[in-house]
Amino acid sequence: MSVTPFRLPVIPALKRQSYLSLYKRGVRDDGRSIRSPRQVEIKVGVLDKAEGSALVKLGNTQVLAGVKVEVTSPFKDSPNQGVLVVHAENVPLASPIFEPGPPDENAIELARVIDRSLREVKAVDLGSLVIRPGEKVWNVWVDIYVLDHDGNLFDASMLAAMAALMNADLPDYEELETGEISLRRGVGGRKIKVDHMVVTVTTAKVGSYIIVDPNFEEEVISDYRLVLAFDEKLRIVGAQKTGSGGMKLEELQEAIKVSKEAAQIYFKVLEQARGGS
Amino acid sequence: MKAKVGIDERGLRHDGRRPDEMRPVSMKVGVLANASGSALVEFGKTKVLAAVYGPREPQQRFMVLPEKAILRVRYHMAPFSTTERKSPAPSRREVELSKVIREALEDVVITSEYPRTVIDVFVEVLQADGGTRAAGITAASLALADAGLPMKALVASVAVGKIAGALVLDVDEAEDSVGEADMPVAAAPDLGLITLFQLNGVLTEEEVQRGLSMALRAIEQLVAMEKTVLKQSYEVVEE
Amino acid sequence: MMKAYGQIALPGDRLEQRVEAERPFVMEVGGEKVATVVGIISQREGKAYFVPLKSIYVPKVWDVVIGLVESVSAASWMVDINSPYQALLYAQDFLGRSFNPSTDDLYQILKPGEYVKAKVVAFDKTRSPLLSVQGEGLGRFIKGAVIDVPPARIPRIIGKKRSMTSLLEEKTGCSVFPAVNGRVHVDCPSPELEAIAIMAIRLIERESHTAGLTERVAKFIEEERRRRGI
Repeated sequence: MSVTPFRLPVIPALKRQSYLSLYKRGVRDDGRSIRSPRQVEIKVGVLDKAEGSALVKLGNTQVLAGVKVEVTSPFKDSPNQGVLVVHAENVPLASPIFEPGPPDENAIELARVIDRSLREVKAVDLGSLVIRPGEKVWNVWVDIYVLDHDGNLFDASMLAAMAALMNADLPDYEELETGEISLRRGVGGRKIKVDHMVVTVTTAKVGSYIIVDPNFEEEVISDYRLVLAFDEKLRIVGAQKTGSGGMKLEELQEAIKVSKEAAQIYFKVLEQARGGS
Repeated sequence: MKAKVGIDERGLRHDGRRPDEMRPVSMKVGVLANASGSALVEFGKTKVLAAVYGPREPQQRFMVLPEKAILRVRYHMAPFSTTERKSPAPSRREVELSKVIREALEDVVITSEYPRTVIDVFVEVLQADGGTRAAGITAASLALADAGLPMKALVASVAVGKIAGALVLDVDEAEDSVGEADMPVAAAPDLGLITLFQLNGVLTEEEVQRGLSMALRAIEQLVAMEKTVLKQSYEVVEE
Repeated sequence: MMKAYGQIALPGDRLEQRVEAERPFVMEVGGEKVATVVGIISQREGKAYFVPLKSIYVPKVWDVVIGLVESVSAASWMVDINSPYQALLYAQDFLGRSFNPSTDDLYQILKPGEYVKAKVVAFDKTRSPLLSVQGEGLGRFIKGAVIDVPPARIPRIIGKKRSMTSLLEEKTGCSVFPAVNGRVHVDCPSPELEAIAIMAIRLIERESHTAGLTERVAKFIEEERRRRGI
């Protein structure tokens, strides 16, 4: 059951006013423009036990993504494809608003939007994840761990998921006589085949402004957020309006325009992370 | 033999529809005696029931807001609604859909009239043949109006899909399974607001725009139909 | 376009500025008057009024309501008043004296399932509605019947200057009390007359917004009495 949020932190009215008066001048409290994302930093390969990992800092927001792989049987309707699963946890240490327990609707929405955006454009070549057709395939888990929540978990998580996938190695394995697959974890095999890069750009409607990459306070005072996913050709590969407010058609058109620009900034950082890994 | 799912040489879809044509739509209100408001909406074979209870004081007294009513929405699929039996336990998909359906309704229901209460909206998919969230939102809008809850406007929803390179309105399950994109949209035409917007798939900006106008046109018609059905639920003698 | 009384308006419909209406049935949305519930525009004496066809009862101070006792707590009863908010009736108010928990057994005084006629003496956005039975004609109902009707129909059951209620009382010999919260108490000389009174109220409920209703109700009661020989 989805419930109107009833325990959101209170943002002082004066704070809202000061945000709005800054937007009027086209800027934000940290000096960036209303159209710019915060400083992005991606570190890949930050964990040894995971087959791939990335830590993303987007302003004060920090998201860690880990890729683990397992051998599994393929789905009956896709015997020649591996399996990609995205899961997200809003870890309680990341924010006073997160509670321990199974993923709530926000974490589920986060994971599903990222999953869809990767899946639909076939960012990961699932066909390359087959060990024995119809029998053994790779199951690639992307676990998104939100470590510090200062808004815009979508963009930070997508960057982390992408970077971790591009960084991930499929371990070497041995086919036993029984037909079982024995993994040699930590012994580098080949990279996971990532065919497309995907980023999401989140804009928020605050007052009469469309701002890119909202921080947590900006999210709380926003009417809604729009998450747009792009591939490297800037095609739209996913979208989700999130939040209770309604959106005007003109706002959507403006959001697409400004999001495309911001997407290129994210792609640049992602390219650097790929080159550096 | 069943027609191939796609667009044939006459420009028609597997069930004979034009690309911008909806399946036959049926709407009924006041279908449940116990609920404050209820509606049954069908888009072709998709059949969704919505019921509204409240505003009422919640069992858990902490679950309130001092300035407005809380909206609680549950989207749920009946086990027999799908080809393979669906487990009645809520899936991740149902959790997400409950959220986006709630958000599609929050901006139109005037909750400020009923502080410290909760309004429950239960959406049960009885038969799923594509477009269940769209039919569900449409049914929920009708059920809320049927409950007498003040609303700034009515909401309706429809999905636009892309199959065989063409944009099509109101995709059914067969089309969805071969579709390249699915873009559910909900809107309140009287307010000029889009209240749900999702895209699962790959579209160009131009396709998004074109798909949206296709959806918004259909939503206008659906809301007009909601109004007709609500009107017909009263024996008003216009003189 | 048809003019005059009986024109329907639906949620989201823009109304002419001159249409008079109560919150929340009509509200300003983007500078325009917009219907928020299903209602009709009724034109009378050159004025236009918005009449909701369905409404939710929200208590107002000094409303006289019919409440159904739901539960008993330490020093009060919880009373359902057909509203989103459950009302409170203090033992001290009902007893008209100070309440002694060691000698007064509230459960014996007023049981769950009993109806009371009470006035709302306090209600705001932070507190539950508070009821009082101190006043003439207020208190527990000991006989008669209470029927539930949609709160939006109550004005029609009352009628202009209580005309419809007077007609019901005159034609059936019952005493009829329609409460704003969508409950009507009838107290009749015989079970037959009670049945007729209830049928007449159901008729008003069904056809509340049609013309010539008063005449039809009068005729209905007369015919029922003739048919039953009373």
